[in-house]
Amino acid sequence: MKPGSKLKSAVCDTEVMVIKAAAPGEVTCGGAPMVAERSGALGAVDPAFAQGSKTGKRYVDEAGNFELLCVKAGAGSLAIDGVILGVKEAKPLPSSD
Amino acid sequence: MNISLLLRMPADAEPDRIGLTCDGRNWSYGALWAAATGAAKLIKESGASHVALLDTFSEAAPIALFGAALAGVPYCPLNYRLADEAVAALLERIEPALVIGDAARVRRLAPDARHTVYSREDFVRAAEAAPETEMEPDEAETIAVQLFTSGTTAAPKAAILRHTNLAAYILGTVEFGAAEPDEAALVSVPPYHIAGIAALLSSIYSMRRLVLLPAFEPKAWLRLATQERATNAFVVPTMLARIVEALDDGEMADLTSLRAVAYGGGRMPVELIVRALELFPDTHFTNAYGLTETSSTIALLGPHEHREAHGSEDPKVRARLGSVGKPLPTVELEIRDEEGRVLSPGEAGEIYVRGEQVSGEYRERSALTHDGWFPTRDAGFLDEEGYLFLSGRADDVIVRGGENISPGEIEEVLMADPRIADAAAVGVPSAEWGEAVAVAIVPKGGMAPSATEICELIRKKLRSSRVPERVAVVDELPYNEMGKLLRREVRRMLAEAS
Repeated sequence: MKPGSKLKSAVCDTEVMVIKAAAPGEVTCGGAPMVAERSGALGAVDPAFAQGSKTGKRYVDEAGNFELLCVKAGAGSLAIDGVILGVKEAKPLPSSD
Repeated sequence: MNISLLLRMPADAEPDRIGLTCDGRNWSYGALWAAATGAAKLIKESGASHVALLDTFSEAAPIALFGAALAGVPYCPLNYRLADEAVAALLERIEPALVIGDAARVRRLAPDARHTVYSREDFVRAAEAAPETEMEPDEAETIAVQLFTSGTTAAPKAAILRHTNLAAYILGTVEFGAAEPDEAALVSVPPYHIAGIAALLSSIYSMRRLVLLPAFEPKAWLRLATQERATNAFVVPTMLARIVEALDDGEMADLTSLRAVAYGGGRMPVELIVRALELFPDTHFTNAYGLTETSSTIALLGPHEHREAHGSEDPKVRARLGSVGKPLPTVELEIRDEEGRVLSPGEAGEIYVRGEQVSGEYRERSALTHDGWFPTRDAGFLDEEGYLFLSGRADDVIVRGGENISPGEIEEVLMADPRIADAAAVGVPSAEWGEAVAVAIVPKGGMAPSATEICELIRKKLRSSRVPERVAVVDELPYNEMGKLLRREVRRMLAEAS
C-alpha cells in the first residue's frame, strides 16, 4: 500500500485514496480487508464496523501513520489493524481563492 | 495523489450539478470530467511533453488542467499579454507542447516547432467528442503545473508545483462539496496566474460554481455578478478600485448576493479597503497572501478580523487592515535576517515558509533550504499577535550607506498625505551612498506638494536617511495587470528624470 493507490471495500461501496501510509498495517472496511479490485459479490458488513464512511473526509489513525481520503461513501467503517480511524477535519478557512 | 481526483469526486458525487459558467454556457461536473478524459487522450496521442494554454480564461482551462493531470503531463498556462519575442522564447522551452488558444500566433511564432496546436473551440470540441469512461491517471509524472514567473532581471523562471503540493493545499483548506447549491464564484484573474489555478481547484472541490470573466472590465464584472448572482469573488486591489469607481460613477448593479470578496496579488491601499468595507457592510472580506511557489495562499486576514480592525479605536488593532493576517495552520512561517537567524516580533526581515503545499522548486533548481524552508524573497515582520505585515520584495530594499530602508515605510508616509494619490520609493545609484532614496508621486487633484515639502514631510515623520535625493511628479505609476507595482519601471522613470 503506497500513497496514491486506491482501495475498495469488499463489503460496501466505500472507496479510498491512500494519502499517507508510513507504517505496516492492514486496512479494513466494514471489518474486511480492502482490495484493489473487487471480485464477485460483496460480503456482509461486520456490525462492529458499520458506522459508515463519508465522501471527502480524511480518515487518520492516532499515531499519524495513516491518512485515507474517502472518495466514495459506504456503510462500513475504516480501520487499521482492527482500530477504527478518526476523521481529520479540514481547517475551516474563509474562501481565499 | 493526482489532482484529477479533485474533479473526479464532484463528477462522481453529483454529475449533473453545474460547475462552471462561461460565455453563457453551463458545464456540469460530469461534462467537465468527460471532456477532461477526452483531453487526456488527445494529449497522450500527441506525444506532447507539456500542455500550454495561450488564451484568456474559459472552460478550456480546467479541461486542459485536469486532462494534463490525467495524461501525466505538466500543465503550463502562458501569459498571452507578453510580447511576441517573450512568448516565442517560452514556447521553445516547452517543445513539443500541445498548445491551446491563439493558434495563428503560435504558428507564426514557432513555424517549424513540433507543437500540436488547437484553437480553443477545436480543443474543447475534440475533447468532448472523445470521453473515456475508465480513465485512470498516469502517475509517472509528479509535476502538475509549471508557471513561468515574471523575470525582473533574467529569463523567466519555470516554477513547478507537484501534485502533492496542490493536493495538500486543497485537502488542507477546502472541505469537499461544502458549497451551498446557490454559491457561485466570480473569477476575473488570468488563467496563467497562481490565483487562477487555485480558483479552479478550490471552487471545483468545494463544488462552488465557477463563473468566468475572461477579460476584466469593471462594468462587465458588475453585470456578470448581478446576472449570475455571484456569492464569492476574488479580485486584485486595482480591480476593486475600478469596481468602486464604477459604482461611484453611478453604474447600476445588484450585489445583494455577494457574500464574500477575497483579494490579494498586490498591495491593498488601506483607504480603498476601508471604502469597500463601508460600501459593502454585509460582505465578508478576506485578504490572501501567497506566491506561485507556495501553491497560492499561505496567510490570510479573515472577515471577522477586517470588521474588528475597522471598528477598533486601538491603533494596533486598526493597523491590521494593512496586514495580510496570520499564517495558515497548515504552514510554518518565520522572519529571518540575512544570516538566517529567526527574528522577534516587530523585527523586519525575509519571510521563510515551510509546509506540504510549498514547492519552492524551479525546473532549473530547488530554492528550498536543506531542512525544507522556502526563502520567499518577500520582506516583512510579524506583530506580537502573529499578524504578518509585508514591506515589499527583499530585493526592493534600499541599501543606503549600509542601512536597510524599506520602500514601504516611505510610501506609507507619502500616501497618508491628502495631496498625494499614489507613491513609490526606490533605490537609485548614488556615488556617495551606493544607493539613494528616490520617490515618484502622483498628485491628487492638481495640487502637488513641492520636492522641498516632500523632503520635509519625510524628515518629520521618519529619519533623515529616508529623505529622497530625487523626487519626480508623474501622472501615474506603472502597474502590471495583477496590480503589482513595477519597481524597475519606476527606477527607470527616476533615472530618466535626473
